[in-house]
Amino acid sequence: MPWRLLRFALAQKHPEPRMFTRHDELKSAYDVVIIGAGGHGLAAAYYLARDHGITNVCVLEKGYIGGGNTGRNTTIIRSNYLTPEGVKFYDESVRLWQDLSQDFDLNLFYSNRGHFTLAHTDAAMRTSRWRAEVNKHYGIESEVVGPDFVKKAAPMIDLSCGGHAPIMGGLYHAPGAVARHDAVAWGYGRGADMRGVEIHQRTEVTGIDVVGGKVTGVQTSRGRIATNKVLCAVAGSTPRILKMIDVRTPLYIHPLQAMVSEPVKPWLDPILVSGSLHIYISQSSRGELVMGASLDPYEVHSTRSTLDFPEGLSAHMLDMFPFLSNVKVMRQWAGMADMTPDFAPIMGKTPVEGFYLDAGWGTWGFKATPVCGKTMSWTVANDRNHELITGFTLDRFRDYALTGEKGAASVGH
Amino acid sequence: MKIMTCPINGPRAITEFAYGGEIRPMPDPAAASDDQWADYVFNRNGAPGVKQEWWCHTPSNTWFVAERDTERDAILRTYLYTGEA
Repeated sequence: MPWRLLRFALAQKHPEPRMFTRHDELKSAYDVVIIGAGGHGLAAAYYLARDHGITNVCVLEKGYIGGGNTGRNTTIIRSNYLTPEGVKFYDESVRLWQDLSQDFDLNLFYSNRGHFTLAHTDAAMRTSRWRAEVNKHYGIESEVVGPDFVKKAAPMIDLSCGGHAPIMGGLYHAPGAVARHDAVAWGYGRGADMRGVEIHQRTEVTGIDVVGGKVTGVQTSRGRIATNKVLCAVAGSTPRILKMIDVRTPLYIHPLQAMVSEPVKPWLDPILVSGSLHIYISQSSRGELVMGASLDPYEVHSTRSTLDFPEGLSAHMLDMFPFLSNVKVMRQWAGMADMTPDFAPIMGKTPVEGFYLDAGWGTWGFKATPVCGKTMSWTVANDRNHELITGFTLDRFRDYALTGEKGAASVGH
Repeated sequence: MKIMTCPINGPRAITEFAYGGEIRPMPDPAAASDDQWADYVFNRNGAPGVKQEWWCHTPSNTWFVAERDTERDAILRTYLYTGEA
């Protein structure tokens, strides 16, 4: 038994925080206030403290750590995007992912699986070739493969998809991976906490004080905080916060649903995505099949699920894997996806001085967690947009200069 | 299955309907500045609330207005569009 455990036997109170320090009081002022203790917000807090030495930082969270879209996604990590801006950005993220477990001293179950975007039509094959060429140009492993290659990687697949939509080939991205999403939030949160950042859960932002176009403070359910810098990283709640400061954006919120099956023996190594069948699927390290589909077709600001969703998704799953007909669905849930018209995020400075936005992460935000933290913390510390995010600013809509990433969204939304 | 009431065809399954977005007044294209036009083209009221939206009953191609609470996903009222918004 390690000697340090003796302290636990002798102490009246629990002698050290289990994961995070509890702060009973909010301070009256912070250098930076981050709204949202999801992966993006906590990563920004972590890099602010570690790389920029800014530790008088407070992270406000309405619910609990990682309880939003960080804990609701299907954990896929990849960088085979379509635009040069996207490819460079996500590639940096994939590189950061690879040594995060060591950085945190926490097992993220980062598992490199290989990622297939299956093509069932000539048009999808054409997009695959285009993406492969853009990717290769930037030095990312990405290639067009035929049906035989797919069959070898996933032997249980029915290549004809029940005769409805035969697989003609696909885009293969070897670095594609999955990771345990909760652990990402916990790792960044603990790393920030250890460096002096305060994380306040169950603390809702009710208003933002702006004087003369500059941020001066944040109103919360537990009192006012004075600050000159606010980073907003709240995914589906972004429009609610932006309404407080009268900033208009193209963001609209649609729910994205997902589900898992009961655990089964490992049989599926790669991650498979099919735009035509509207599904993506991988097998978790616990053996569950993690499955997602496309967005709900209309605006909703809640995380309700529907019965139509598992019904439709299961039908498409069975087209591809008929032998799954006896496997049971264990859970389903939804997240609020903040969508943009060009399927690229909105990041960086806003018309309100001192208010920084990390939003528009719709259905593709988890994989970008580390690089968002890095670039947003740099942007907040220097009050200048980081060079990797200049293609993602809010101004691009006013200037009619969109960053068309739709072709690389995982399924046709 | 969620049910929506088409003003012409009565209560039908939500899968028969297509969502057309919130009703938004269009600025005069000839008079609007570039900024006003960009605001109209791209920006949306993404915050939750009760909204007037375009919906279409696709089998009969009936466009109508639905008043919906986007936080509760509750359809409050549906009616045919009459004149200017």
